[in-house]
Amino acid sequence: MTARLSSGTTSAAHLLRGYLPERGVADELLDANGTIRPVWQPFMDYLGAMTPEELQHRTARGDHYLRDAGVYYRQYNAGVSSELEWPLSHVPILINEADWASISAGLIQRADLLEALCRDLYGPNLLVEEGHLPASLIAASPEWLRPLVGTTPRGGHFLHFVAFEIGRGPDGAWWVLGDRTQAPSGVGFALQNRVATARIFADHYAQAHVHRLAGFFRSFRDALNGMRNQQTNRVSILTPGPLNETYFEHAYIARYLGFGLLEGEDLTIEDGELMVRTVAGPIPIDVLWRRLDSSFADPLELDPQSKLGTPGLVSAVRRGSVTLVNALGSGILEIRALQAFLPRIAERLTGQPLLLPNIATWWCGQQAEAGHVLANVERMLIGEALSTSLPFDPDPHAPPRLDPQALRQALLTNGAGYVGQEVVTLSTTPALVDGVLRPRPMSLRVFLARTPTGWEVMPGGYARIGRTDDSTALSMRRGGSAADVWIVSPKPVPQDTMLATPGEPFLRAVPGTLPSRAADNLFWLGRYVERTEGHLRLLRALHLRLSENPDGGNPTIAQLREMLEDRGLDSASAPLPDGFLQTLDAAVNSASKIRDRFSVDGWAALNDLSKTARRFSTRLSEGDDTARATGILLRKVSGFTGLVHENMYRFVGWRFMSIGRALERSQFMLTNLIAMGAPDAPEGSLDLAVEIADSAMTHRRRYSVSTNRETVLDLLALDALNPRSVLYSANELHEHVSYLPGSDVFSQKSPLARAVLRMQADLAVLTAETLDKAALESIRSQAYALSGIISAAYFK
Amino acid sequence: MLYDIHLRMSYAFGDTTASGRQQLRIIPQNVPGRQRVIATILDLQPRPHERADRLDFFSNTVVETAYREVRGGLSLHLQARIERDFTPPTLDLSPRLDGFEALVMRQRNLGPRAPHHFSGPSPRLPPNAAIADYARAATEGATTVLEAASAINNALFRDMRFDPEATDVDTPAGEAFANRHGVCQDFTHIMITALRSLGVPAGYVSGFLRTNPPEGQARLEGADAMHAWVMVWCGEEAGWIELDPTNGIAVASDHVLVAVGRDYADVAPVSGVLKMAGKQVITQAVDVVPVGGP
Repeated sequence: MTARLSSGTTSAAHLLRGYLPERGVADELLDANGTIRPVWQPFMDYLGAMTPEELQHRTARGDHYLRDAGVYYRQYNAGVSSELEWPLSHVPILINEADWASISAGLIQRADLLEALCRDLYGPNLLVEEGHLPASLIAASPEWLRPLVGTTPRGGHFLHFVAFEIGRGPDGAWWVLGDRTQAPSGVGFALQNRVATARIFADHYAQAHVHRLAGFFRSFRDALNGMRNQQTNRVSILTPGPLNETYFEHAYIARYLGFGLLEGEDLTIEDGELMVRTVAGPIPIDVLWRRLDSSFADPLELDPQSKLGTPGLVSAVRRGSVTLVNALGSGILEIRALQAFLPRIAERLTGQPLLLPNIATWWCGQQAEAGHVLANVERMLIGEALSTSLPFDPDPHAPPRLDPQALRQALLTNGAGYVGQEVVTLSTTPALVDGVLRPRPMSLRVFLARTPTGWEVMPGGYARIGRTDDSTALSMRRGGSAADVWIVSPKPVPQDTMLATPGEPFLRAVPGTLPSRAADNLFWLGRYVERTEGHLRLLRALHLRLSENPDGGNPTIAQLREMLEDRGLDSASAPLPDGFLQTLDAAVNSASKIRDRFSVDGWAALNDLSKTARRFSTRLSEGDDTARATGILLRKVSGFTGLVHENMYRFVGWRFMSIGRALERSQFMLTNLIAMGAPDAPEGSLDLAVEIADSAMTHRRRYSVSTNRETVLDLLALDALNPRSVLYSANELHEHVSYLPGSDVFSQKSPLARAVLRMQADLAVLTAETLDKAALESIRSQAYALSGIISAAYFK
Repeated sequence: MLYDIHLRMSYAFGDTTASGRQQLRIIPQNVPGRQRVIATILDLQPRPHERADRLDFFSNTVVETAYREVRGGLSLHLQARIERDFTPPTLDLSPRLDGFEALVMRQRNLGPRAPHHFSGPSPRLPPNAAIADYARAATEGATTVLEAASAINNALFRDMRFDPEATDVDTPAGEAFANRHGVCQDFTHIMITALRSLGVPAGYVSGFLRTNPPEGQARLEGADAMHAWVMVWCGEEAGWIELDPTNGIAVASDHVLVAVGRDYADVAPVSGVLKMAGKQVITQAVDVVPVGGP
């Protein structure tokens, strides 16, 4: 078929040259006659009026925004995970308001149906008893969680947030391809797609009557907040953690809606109540938006292998002390074989046929159905009956492609394990390819949230666009991309944002509820970054000396090597030894676990530091080259610490990071002074100590003599104005610790506050003359002990 | 027969603390027509910070406990008085093996004893080709479900060596079978896998075994700790029949039922994790003594 565009219908003709939807495939942009559908007309006119350069410039701006916002998704390949840039298909999909209304009605009916089905499966099981559902199918699914059978969720509802994957068939009608009820993802990415797309086409978007998304999010946020049993409990998102494919979305949505972001380890059950473990002790929480699959949520009653869960969560659910969105066990609604029974179940439970049909499905556990699938096998997609993946997703558990004979055998011997699903050809929609539009297959994910007045449908969605015209290549793992979805009204739409409307009471969020795990990671991030800096200073000093004395003639060279050795760094093995790179990795690892508490810039700076160090490590040579490289890395460390300490809000998390930093710095200095201040230390040691502490200029100014033991100890240990001195670090510790929860209750100091005070006092009464090796070692062992005291008090 | 049962377990972890949440499945249950619980006392030392008793999906009694920073050790002592009178039926009411799978499929029920829970693979018991071959060979000539089950029961008793040192609680059934040795848990897991491969629903039963046999009879294996055996669904009329492959017998009055499930994971006497710094030492002792008798 050729595009039967009469030039004159649009100024976008140049973009549509070669836009040739396949015969027998519906297209979003063109109707069956090849005419642009009315809803697209204004947008196409707008696009057509743009020069190719401008279009390119605008799409680049959108990509730039996504990069700056740090949008990524994680991909696993042969066990290696990497963060990939977000692949936005810049042209949105336009759907008119009237069509959307009928899609919405169909999906609301389906959401209600799934709720009723879930209630029956975890309740009386009438559908099984009456023969509408085979008992064996439910019993065999690992998604049907026996420990939850007989439990009605608090508030009565199993489902609060669901998504449906839908597609348009050749006849133009919409089909449901799959149901997402376990922990639907994509809503945050849909929001990012909207922000980016609205920027690209900003001038048009402003007056194109596109329904805004903010109202939907506000309703859902308010609905979740409304389910709390007290105002002070914070609704939180339960995430599997940074290694999850869609962690970005969890962190982003949490920030956007003002929710907390927690992992299973952050939670504990006390007397049947769900609690967050914070640095101020356990605090109650009772509404969790669960982005963690049910079976991982409680190792005690569900999957005992899970490292992500909270032991006792199921018992808290059973007692009705927590609302999970969605209820544990709701994944049973996603199994593919259910689609075969839903049409009949709809009739039975609602008395109505499905308004939107789902993809035709036959469960091969029944003889007649297995026969039908075999007879029509060329029009069927054969899949695992219990699989919960979508028809177009790569399924890691998919049965291997069987030859017809083997397939027949499999269906006859283990029919119950398989479903046949009719192959649906998806509609195509325009995507920009090399500056022109090309039809690409698409499917649409639509989100529904339960509010006190019923289901609300997000006016928009998350579209998946195929890379080629092969509709099995929709997923990102196969090179697919994502697009925004515009629901277009004939009339102006209300402007809407998540910002508070004028006149709303101003509320300040309750501070001080930092989860212990986050505090732990912040503390260690502070330590590892400071340790990295210390390593770099020692390495720089070493390589400066090596460049001046290539034969190793300077006695401090051996001393530096030994000091590095003591810290696990083999300086002879490589200019940047493994031990150094490992410390840096540990810093990145700690930071990755608390990315939601970081500015995008801070994270970028740390990553830049780590990547640069890796790059350097393979090509540096000893001496001058490495001395210069360590200088560059030191500046990058300062870049990170500067960003963090200039920009980070002085909440309790920042205190933990600063405590980690001060503690590490004091230990570093004490260890250096013990070695370099020793009477038998080689000549030049004292100058070295001052150099490593970046204090040479100060020393010259303060003491009009060359270095001796007293001046060096005075400056590096006891000078309260020198930010590298031990006393300065101790004062910092004192200050930060005093802000920690429970540090001073009615003048009763915590063990940590007392320990810091003792160290500070011991230092304060010493002088350069009395600060001998024994005194230094005593202070250092006090500093070492602090770490354990902090852990015991706050990170349990 | 009236029994007094004592189960003692203890954890010692020296001068360190332990915290955590556990589930205990050690309290015998009522089985209509077979077993009656007269009294049970469960003494936990020290007292847990939380304790809640309930029934799980399979109607087993579960005691959930939580400890926060307990120092030194934990111990439990269960005392139970149980009346157990059961003689296995001599008449085989089970259906023919042939066509039995279709009969199972027709059951419209998902209750605690519905056969469907026990017919497919379960968390600890994936299908195993070697065991399936063995099951086919062992049941050659068997026509009814019960005949087949008894044949496997006898075959395993004959071919497997009881060896408490050879396996542990995590040993897969396939491995224990390949070496033809193990304890009651292994015998039970292997027999369940075998029966399921024939399309016969089979479950895991945990319980106690009379410590000293009636006069003139041999002492049964497994009486020193908690025991395990198999329950087989033999059709609607015959219902669930219990067989003990470790001893090659049908279960009668010497066995006291505690919990049933799809495999060990569903009935583990103690599940959950105690977090502790040091190493733990666990001891267990069981006594099942007829009241007023030897």
